[in-house]
Amino acid sequence: MSVLGQAFALVFDPYVLWIILASAAFGLFVGAIPGLTATMATALLVPVTFFMPPVPAIASIVTATAMAIFAGDIPSCLLRMPGTPASAAYTDEAYAMTKKGQGEVALGASLVFSVIGGLFGTAVLIVAAPALAEIALKFSSFEYFWLVILGLASAVFLTRGNPLKGLVSLLLGLLVAAVGLDNPAGFPRFTFGNAELAGGLTLIPIMIGMFAVSEILRNVAAIDQPWQMAQANIGNVFRGMWTLAKRYPAPVARGSVLGTAIGALPGAGADIAAWMSYAVSKRFSKEPEKFGTGHVEGIIEAGASNNSALAGAWIPALVFGIPGDSITAIVIGVLYVKGLNPGPTIFMTNAASIYAIFLVFILANLLMLPLGVAAIKGAKQLLRAPRTVLMPVILLFCVVGSFAINNTIFGVILMLAFGLIAYAMEENGFPVAPAILGMVLGAMLEENFISSMIKAEGSFLAFFERPIAGGLGVLVLVVASVPLLRRFFRAAI
Amino acid sequence: MPGQKFGPAWFPGLIAIGLGACGALLIRSGMRARGALVALPEWIDRPQPRRAVAAVLAGLVFYILLADRLGFHLTGMLVLLLWVRVFGASWRVTVGVAVVATLAIHLAFYKALRVPLPWGLFERFAF
Repeated sequence: MSVLGQAFALVFDPYVLWIILASAAFGLFVGAIPGLTATMATALLVPVTFFMPPVPAIASIVTATAMAIFAGDIPSCLLRMPGTPASAAYTDEAYAMTKKGQGEVALGASLVFSVIGGLFGTAVLIVAAPALAEIALKFSSFEYFWLVILGLASAVFLTRGNPLKGLVSLLLGLLVAAVGLDNPAGFPRFTFGNAELAGGLTLIPIMIGMFAVSEILRNVAAIDQPWQMAQANIGNVFRGMWTLAKRYPAPVARGSVLGTAIGALPGAGADIAAWMSYAVSKRFSKEPEKFGTGHVEGIIEAGASNNSALAGAWIPALVFGIPGDSITAIVIGVLYVKGLNPGPTIFMTNAASIYAIFLVFILANLLMLPLGVAAIKGAKQLLRAPRTVLMPVILLFCVVGSFAINNTIFGVILMLAFGLIAYAMEENGFPVAPAILGMVLGAMLEENFISSMIKAEGSFLAFFERPIAGGLGVLVLVVASVPLLRRFFRAAI
Repeated sequence: MPGQKFGPAWFPGLIAIGLGACGALLIRSGMRARGALVALPEWIDRPQPRRAVAAVLAGLVFYILLADRLGFHLTGMLVLLLWVRVFGASWRVTVGVAVVATLAIHLAFYKALRVPLPWGLFERFAF
């Protein structure tokens, strides 16, 4: 049987299809509830996927995140609260449309152009990843070193906050990665004679803490403030979408391309893609004065952008093992557990599984149309789900999930500790994503740095001597100068 | 480590230098901004959020300390009772949620996924 045939057989299996459907419902639910994010959906899925074969495990994450990023637009329209951070860029715009009585158009545009963006990103992933893998086979520790640095630099310098605080967050993440025996010298660091620490800190409980427990704390701290739902009459959400597509072809294309590119850049994901696309849309629009008053153009462009970024982020994750965003940062861990070790050779050793993942991407984006309509129709009931019940149940789920990774209570302790740390960080303007990237990439950074230094006998110039390595080094400098450029041009990106 | 130019202390050393430098810069900008030294979150003055956050933390610490001894089922149900009630649900909803959610997690994790959730005191009643 051909590889593609095997891939089809892997995906169109009743068990896998059932998992995809269940994950889709889960993703729509988590995305639509403000405060529950796509990254949190991934972190909560990991303990469950732990016990599945590789393809359904990855399929559930792909489907849930694609649905969650779209569903994040629903509460933007109805509550003026983004369901996930990727919708924050155009939340005010979407809510203004609902206030003008155009909620149906806003939700329809979110859905349709999310699907188009997602499919575009998937197409690029399918074409670009294997091609890039051919080139990546020639990479040495110097190139990998720069790729890791590029990912870390993007996470720090492309966020909207203070880059200095991003850098602190990154360094703390690297420090966490340094704990344990797993370093080039095999020397125990920061273990204090504790056996749990010698093995290094397990990432999944940490991520459940940082992305789920901290969000629950934030929700609980606002438990006395009820959500205010805007009135919206929602009939056929597809009405008028064809006219919109004909009227705004350039924003759709631009959003999809920019989103995929930002996603593919290591370290920057859907959140940043949406902000950038919204700003770009406003700058190139024929009617920029309408932005902010309930104008659909920015929603189309940024909505396509965040869903395309999701697929784009898988390119560096699969080819280099370097996450494109915080979701793929978690996914990489799952890939290793499932024996699908990321790297340029994955397209030869595990071709059928990889093509199966590509198929799931296509399937998930197509499924988004019918399920998205259902989610929009049921949104009012969904958003009435009482937080008094929801938050405790999710919290106990987090506890059990953190426990299930190593079957020790130490996981729950890690979850609580990092949940509190992440809550304190975000309340004080320190972004969490750079810390996660630092934890995931710390070992890889150190390993490639030390082996490059040993090869180069301590000469820093060697890092610029190979052409691709030098090019990547220059790209890092460009990314690092973004905050300066931003100040110079006073752009709203 | 002797004999090695780039030993295990290199990398944490670089991190320490970076954190020190960033910390100094943040202190400088903080001094310029002249805010209060410590700022408490705004919800600390409102009784319901304060109780709810305290319940979350107390419940998690309780679970960490006692889950192995009392078993998952009792501990999980007790923390759910605490959380749902303090967050503002009626007793009827609270008890229902605690029982149903604990049972659902038992079925999903213990039965379906075979996670060895601790039974503690109730080892001989394990099902």
